[in-house]
Amino acid sequence: MGELVRHAWLVARKDLHLEFRSRTAITSALVFTALVLVVFEHGRDPTAVATIDLAPSILWVTFSFAGMLTLNRAFNAELENQALDGLLLAPISRTSLFLGKLVANLAFVAVVQVTGLLLFTLFFNVPVWKVWAPLVSVMILATVGFIAVGTLFSAMVVRTRFAELMLPVLLLPFLLPPLIAAVEVTAKLFAGRPLSEVAGWLRLLAAYDVAFVSLATLLFPATVTE
Amino acid sequence: MTLLRRGRWITGIALLLLGGMYVRALVFTPEERLQGLAQKIYYVHVPSAWSAMLAMGMVGLASILFLFLKDARYDRFASASAEVGTAFSLVMLTTGPLWARPIWGTWWTWDARLTLTLMLFFLFIGYQVLRGAVTDPGLRARYAAVVGICGLVLLPFIHLSVYLFRTLHPMPIVLKPGKPSLPGSMLETLLLSFGVFTLLYVGFVMQRYAIGERSHDA
Repeated sequence: MGELVRHAWLVARKDLHLEFRSRTAITSALVFTALVLVVFEHGRDPTAVATIDLAPSILWVTFSFAGMLTLNRAFNAELENQALDGLLLAPISRTSLFLGKLVANLAFVAVVQVTGLLLFTLFFNVPVWKVWAPLVSVMILATVGFIAVGTLFSAMVVRTRFAELMLPVLLLPFLLPPLIAAVEVTAKLFAGRPLSEVAGWLRLLAAYDVAFVSLATLLFPATVTE
Repeated sequence: MTLLRRGRWITGIALLLLGGMYVRALVFTPEERLQGLAQKIYYVHVPSAWSAMLAMGMVGLASILFLFLKDARYDRFASASAEVGTAFSLVMLTTGPLWARPIWGTWWTWDARLTLTLMLFFLFIGYQVLRGAVTDPGLRARYAAVVGICGLVLLPFIHLSVYLFRTLHPMPIVLKPGKPSLPGSMLETLLLSFGVFTLLYVGFVMQRYAIGERSHDA
């Protein structure tokens, strides 16, 4: 167990290190997030629709698109110079490889989401700070399960044709349950309702996370075994 | 007799039975009092939804078996089942709005069951697009199996989430019919159509599987 965690951390640290050095993916993801928010602002009629009504959708559509785009990064980097073969030959289990990739992806998405949330607060003038703690918890709950499935799928699609297009096609159905739940909870939070009103949604999110993180961990070896 | 021929026979018999079932549905089954003739589409719509669900279940099951046993036949079966399932879900998605327009007054509504079946369709499509995008057969089989299993686990979540969503926000305009207590003859016709569509599924899958075997041998 200790080995597993340590190896996973090594993989995650390698990925984050790589990203920190080049900063290509993170810069693109952040610029993309900002652009989507700007497009949303100009794609609505402010006299007809109040910001607060659209805010949850804007936030979550931005998060899901940004998340999806960044998922391609994880295994794309391993294609060059057959780095993936090197990783697979390393004396670490497939499970720790997956968990490492998952942690790196989550850290990556967390940076994008936090920046996105700040920009959202700035652009849309929604009182996010009043509910920041429950909002961040919902962001974590909704993101973990979805990114787990995404990490699993991205390991496969990098070796297919049209990888960038394939990932959204496969992943969007899986985004639906956490997306619906997150939008519902966020709307309640912005409206100043207590969390107890959305207990059902939170349970659904938690169940989704448990189910898909375990399933993805179990299935991952099947995607990389030669 | 080869598998392909047997599949053809079964499909032929199922199609004949389908014709017979429709004669029974149109002539010998009473018309629904409020919906009139529109209700007759029910005997195609509901069983094709059943067959699509059955197909997805079979894809998931075959995928699990494939990952454990590494037998390429399970993969070919899953592929066949997914293709047939796509066809059935397309039937379901076209007959649904045809019925809903006169009865609900709208082609589509985001009811739990509707969203679930639409997502089922997207899952089938994604599964097949993935199969088409991988050239190596061994890799394709494993990838497809992974997606098949994930898809099977996903379905209850979609249903639950949309169900929660819509019960919190009921839509009073669109009447969702409750479980109708069907009169005997309607129920019999429905059960018959379930049988016929299951047989159709079996026939189609057998043929598709046989074609898969051939292209595999070639």
